[in-house]
Amino acid sequence: MGSGHGHRLHYHGHSPLHRAPAHLKLVGLLGFALVVVLTPREWYAVYAGYLAVLLVAVRISRVPPTYLLKRMVVEVPFVVFAVLVPFVATGPRVDVLGLSLSEPGLVAAFGLLAKGTLGVLASLLLAATTEPADLLAGLERLHAPELLVQIMGFMIRYLDVVTGELGRMLVAMRSRGVDPRSPRHWPVLARTLGALFVRSFERGERVHLAMLSRGYTGRMPR
Amino acid sequence: MHVPDGFLDAPTSVATGAVAAIAVGVALRKAKGELDDRTAPLAGLVAAFVFAAQMINFPVGAGTSGHLMGGALAAVLVGPWTAVLCLSTVLLVQGLLMADGGLTALGTNIVLIGLVTTAVGWGVFALLRAVLPKRIGVVAPVAAVAAYLSVPAAALVFTGLFAVGGTAPVENGAVLTAMLGWHLVIGLGEAAVTFVVVGAVVAARPDLVHGARGLRRPSRATAAEEVTA
Repeated sequence: MGSGHGHRLHYHGHSPLHRAPAHLKLVGLLGFALVVVLTPREWYAVYAGYLAVLLVAVRISRVPPTYLLKRMVVEVPFVVFAVLVPFVATGPRVDVLGLSLSEPGLVAAFGLLAKGTLGVLASLLLAATTEPADLLAGLERLHAPELLVQIMGFMIRYLDVVTGELGRMLVAMRSRGVDPRSPRHWPVLARTLGALFVRSFERGERVHLAMLSRGYTGRMPR
Repeated sequence: MHVPDGFLDAPTSVATGAVAAIAVGVALRKAKGELDDRTAPLAGLVAAFVFAAQMINFPVGAGTSGHLMGGALAAVLVGPWTAVLCLSTVLLVQGLLMADGGLTALGTNIVLIGLVTTAVGWGVFALLRAVLPKRIGVVAPVAAVAAYLSVPAAALVFTGLFAVGGTAPVENGAVLTAMLGWHLVIGLGEAAVTFVVVGAVVAARPDLVHGARGLRRPSRATAAEEVTA
């Protein structure tokens, strides 16, 4: 895979966490997420412990906490749901600041928020400290199907190319007075997507021919 | 929106993970039948396309927005098995490199967004195509119906999983009503986008559309193609 196709979340660095083998980080992340999901949600102190472990890992990685915090917005739609749970959940009610809330709902909301947030933070830390190429090599070492890893590799390699192409198409639309977000202009937007599909598919065909001409037989060179 | 960590309990997450692993394994074998040795570059590029298409939000109402899931769209364009592979790849990359969707919920997300939308979308598409006239004009409208039904189907399966392994004490009836009602609306956007995208590709490169294979093209269009060529 060519260089210069780092993904948006990666934070360049040379900490022990950056240098650690990707397959160990993957196993560690999966183990951590599973343990967090399995932990009963009433064990509040244990969750504080998990958070402390993650914060120590963040400190070791020397990724600025604000860098991670800003990227935690992916969680927002889910936070909205968790906040709604105490209002709609069943069970005995308690009064909090004049609002009648469900007691098991409050505990459930805490569990959802705590587990979700820990999972997002841990995943972000993996993404920030691992280059995509290393991640793919790690997946291969963990015996993920070779074809699947190849497909992931091509997707990551051409992600910026395809999204960049879409971005230029959207700029072209706007400069002609078309608002891609307005339902009135959906037909134009969807035709743009149709063109993007044809272009992506044809690019795939060209890439395949280029690979064949370089001796591709179904396996990637090491 | 993807299911995060801790939304469903561990046994449900592991079970959906196993289902997803089997589905992806079968899809890896079957996709070779749809794409032969072009599988890796083409599925990778289509996955990048699906990711780009999902970035476009459309307003649903009440200040919120939905985005394309693309299961039915991908199934009609590149075939169901390749579609499962592409959507699973998108979810894998989002989960591992973008922290979108929890790692323990990866199986759940692949089952809901990769498997259910593709299976229902392709099932409805193949069924309707079999009973309708064998003309290329039916592909886009039939794809739209398939896309519409695939969205509430995913919502239904989610509600089922939530009833089995949900971690919030919310009445299942309430979840069902909210999820189904909401996704019946979101499905309209999915159907509209799928309709026009499939229509655009069928008009430009009908040979690329998997769902249009073996269908008769109107002679008028072939004549026009010769003129432009």
